[in-house]
Amino acid sequence: MTMAMTMSEKILARHAGLDSVEAGQLVICDLDLVMANDVTGPPSIKEFEKIGRPVFSSEKIALIPDHFQPAKDIKSADLAKIMRDFAGKNKIKHYYEQGRVGIEHVILPEFGIVAPGMLIIGADSHTCTYGAVNAFSTGVGTTDLAVGLATGKAWFKVPEAINVHITGKKPKNICGKDVILTLIGKIGVDGALYKALEFTGEGVAELSMTDRLTISNMAIEAGAKAGVFPYDEACELYVSRRVKKTFEPVTADPDAKYCATVEINLSELKPVVALPHLPENVKPVEELGEIKINQVVIGSCTNGRLEDLGIAAGILRGRKVHPNVRCIIIPGSQEIYKEAMLCHWLEIFIEAGCVVSCPTCGPCLGGYMGILSAGERCVSTTNRNFRGRMGHVDSEVYLASPFVAAASAITGKISTPDEVI
Amino acid sequence: MKLEGKVWRYGDNIDTDVIIPARYLNTFDPAELAKHCMVDIDETFAANVKAGDIMVGGKNFGCGSSREHAPVAIKASGIPVVIAASFARIFYRNGINIGLPLLEIGDAVEKISADDVLKIDTDTGTIENLTTGDIFHAHPLPAFVQEIANAGGLINYIKSKK
Repeated sequence: MTMAMTMSEKILARHAGLDSVEAGQLVICDLDLVMANDVTGPPSIKEFEKIGRPVFSSEKIALIPDHFQPAKDIKSADLAKIMRDFAGKNKIKHYYEQGRVGIEHVILPEFGIVAPGMLIIGADSHTCTYGAVNAFSTGVGTTDLAVGLATGKAWFKVPEAINVHITGKKPKNICGKDVILTLIGKIGVDGALYKALEFTGEGVAELSMTDRLTISNMAIEAGAKAGVFPYDEACELYVSRRVKKTFEPVTADPDAKYCATVEINLSELKPVVALPHLPENVKPVEELGEIKINQVVIGSCTNGRLEDLGIAAGILRGRKVHPNVRCIIIPGSQEIYKEAMLCHWLEIFIEAGCVVSCPTCGPCLGGYMGILSAGERCVSTTNRNFRGRMGHVDSEVYLASPFVAAASAITGKISTPDEVI
Repeated sequence: MKLEGKVWRYGDNIDTDVIIPARYLNTFDPAELAKHCMVDIDETFAANVKAGDIMVGGKNFGCGSSREHAPVAIKASGIPVVIAASFARIFYRNGINIGLPLLEIGDAVEKISADDVLKIDTDTGTIENLTTGDIFHAHPLPAFVQEIANAGGLINYIKSKK
């Protein structure tokens, strides 16, 4: 008889060639995908070359130039060139050039490159996003990535899992961002350190795939190694349209062991923001009082998907961005950009007075395309509000959903959609 | 490895954006990264750090981005070891992988202050605070991880396994 296992344990066991594993065990696993971007890829390539082996597979590597591209300066152009040359020389299948690329964690699910049951490492902390499609997927640094490129393997300590039990119905003006911020507010930025978050309960069916991608994306902001959703009807529908290869989803055993359970009742959720300078400083918008803002960013690997832009368009339609605010909207991929155009949402954004950019990580990490000056405040749908994250060390980032971000762009202060609609 | 050095003391949740802000990530040259290490919370660090000084943080040290530029910048500043109550997991792997020893000591970290002088044996995980006389023991590394550390990092470890 095999032991009862969590989803994380099942995926790690399968990729380690074992019948079962348990939390705390060290295992060496075969990887289904190894991913890097233009910031982490070039140093990984340099380390990879020291190993002196060919790439383990040209099909199972994804190199995505999204952080500082289209190149923001000469040094960033040099980084992109290192990755482009490497991709060409090694015939990397999943390399995408400007105009075809998007934000890594938006396009990999969209293109069907990540699938249920897969084991993925990426040299980007938000690689945990793919847990939304029932994969075990985690961020690593450049050296782990380099070894992954050469060997197709990585070592893992099998994590304990926290059961995030979701119930209730999703109210109006609430989305995945409110779910994950509320969770991080409850357990803290190290509440899931060295652990996996696994989502269970009938409330999961209430969450769209966009909601789930946002939630898994920010698992790392609670310190988690992964944030894994079950494979259900919504997930099946999402991947069946995109994934071309065969895949094997995982389901947690009913008696799987969790180290803790956290309850989230969707019906009780309110629009929230995370105040500077940690994602755990979470408060309902209605308790904030007047906080005036200078900038709004709607986009990123957290909230740059079509549904997110649709939320923003619904609120901005026929309204104007506040005279004191710059509102920057960044579709997460070329496909999303095109769909937003066909839906006439780009028109709504431009009529409202927004900047609309090509896909890029840009301002989220203080790269470019919306850097803050000293003392400025930004409401952002991105994932981190650390000191200096989006620019000057004395600027402030308030993390929020696209509902709150779009409403705040109109009022010039942190607001819920109820204040403008 | 036996080390002795003066402490640079930082608090909880020191994130990789403050260790090395993204505006400097358009290079991965260690010496260049070291010039900007910790700049957003401590402008004095890069100019005044001496080779052999020790960095001490609170809980969840190195949270945030996966950028290996962060431990690389610390190591290139001349810091041979980082001590914290706990480390964020990606930073922890990265430190081991590049041969920067990381010692986790839980709440005992509260007994270390700025400018204390520490004597450390990274092999046994014993830390002696020469300023206060306190002695601490770091949580031991799993044997497999110790092998990576002993090889001087993951790349050397993999090359030795060819």
